[in-house]
Amino acid sequence: MEAATHAHALESELNPATWHDPKRYAWLLGLIVPLLPFIAAGLVALTGLGVFWFYGPFLVFVIFPLLDLAIGMDAENPPDSIIKWLEQDRYYRWCTYAFIPVQYVGLVFACWLWADGGLSTVDSIGLALTMGVVSGIAINTAHELGHKRADLERWLSKVALAQSGYGHFFIEHNRGHHVRVATPEDPASARLGEGFWAFLPRTVAGSLGSAWGLERTRLERGGHSAWSIHNDILQAWAMTAVLFAALTAVFGTVVLPYLVAQAVLGFCLLEVVNYLEHYGLLREKREDGRYERCRPAHSWNSNNVASNVLLYHLQRHSDHHANPTRRYQALRHVEEAPQLPTGYAGMILIAVVPPLWRRVMDRRLLDHYGGEVGRANVEPRVARRVRARYGTV
Amino acid sequence: MAAWRCPGCGYVYDEQAGHPREGFAAGTPWSEVPDEWHCPDCGIYDKVDFEPADG
Repeated sequence: MEAATHAHALESELNPATWHDPKRYAWLLGLIVPLLPFIAAGLVALTGLGVFWFYGPFLVFVIFPLLDLAIGMDAENPPDSIIKWLEQDRYYRWCTYAFIPVQYVGLVFACWLWADGGLSTVDSIGLALTMGVVSGIAINTAHELGHKRADLERWLSKVALAQSGYGHFFIEHNRGHHVRVATPEDPASARLGEGFWAFLPRTVAGSLGSAWGLERTRLERGGHSAWSIHNDILQAWAMTAVLFAALTAVFGTVVLPYLVAQAVLGFCLLEVVNYLEHYGLLREKREDGRYERCRPAHSWNSNNVASNVLLYHLQRHSDHHANPTRRYQALRHVEEAPQLPTGYAGMILIAVVPPLWRRVMDRRLLDHYGGEVGRANVEPRVARRVRARYGTV
Repeated sequence: MAAWRCPGCGYVYDEQAGHPREGFAAGTPWSEVPDEWHCPDCGIYDKVDFEPADG
């Protein structure tokens, strides 16, 4: 098997056209997410069961964790010689661009359902949860687009973030998180001993404050005030304000609480993914006071196929941090990266129950550091308890 | 006028063009770019890591 793969790689070095990407058409499955309100409505119409308004969370938190367990892993990488060619294939970027129009047609459809669809309150809440899942995974699409150099893709990233009202994310993520990842200074890197519910307010407030500071510094260098039209955060938030105002004007104030609820759920989903991506991992400080460069060892990875297809290879997170502008289809499995026990979808379920998370992850983290607690990013408020539990090294 | 390249992602800071979006007007010399500034494309490398770019 290994020999066959090797021969395959050699052959494709000679001719890129002979290499076939096994996931090529699977990426279209990512469009299931923005289609969720239509799928939910279809299932309700087909079965007469209102419970299908909850289809979004059911898909992501029940079906996908099971698919991850059933389908398993895929550690295959495109050959190095193919990476450039693979990145230039425009088909892959159209898969991500297509997400966005479907996302917003779906949001208008959901508003129409909330206003005029004859839904009960429970049905409407179910639909809000489904739209929250769309909102959260749209942040993942925005993440893929926001790392690219092209203005069009950066603009599309802002558009995709409008539904969740999290427009400051693409500033903070690229210029804050990627710089300070796996250090105590990064609000979006979780610490050993820090439960998700303690991490959530810290990352939400910290990321917002950091994004504003980064944008103020950038604008002031160019002689502008932070409160100017050039402020990318204010521009992105204005998109959300206009979007929600327009939907409220057309469909009535009845949609507003649901819009807010789906936005909050959306950014909480992003933050729980942030929580598990770097939990407890720490870059060493060098003698000159700077942190060592981010290595594959500083991100949790997963090769579960189902979640990776749903999230545009986000789980190949070490390669993403090593090559942030690399396109999703070309991200590689890295051997020395620490691996999560299952895909992000299943890990989210574990993360929201902190005692379960500690049970599953703390030992895995300590094994990664050879049992030395001192090499992990420990939450200072619980440091004494963590050291008492796991040793004093 | 000279140019400096990010060793990670290949982003180039060209003094002649500056980088107005980053607040560096055209003609801003590399010496006036603050040390704590990092690569605007990848965020991995700091100014001090940049290498001279030929041409």
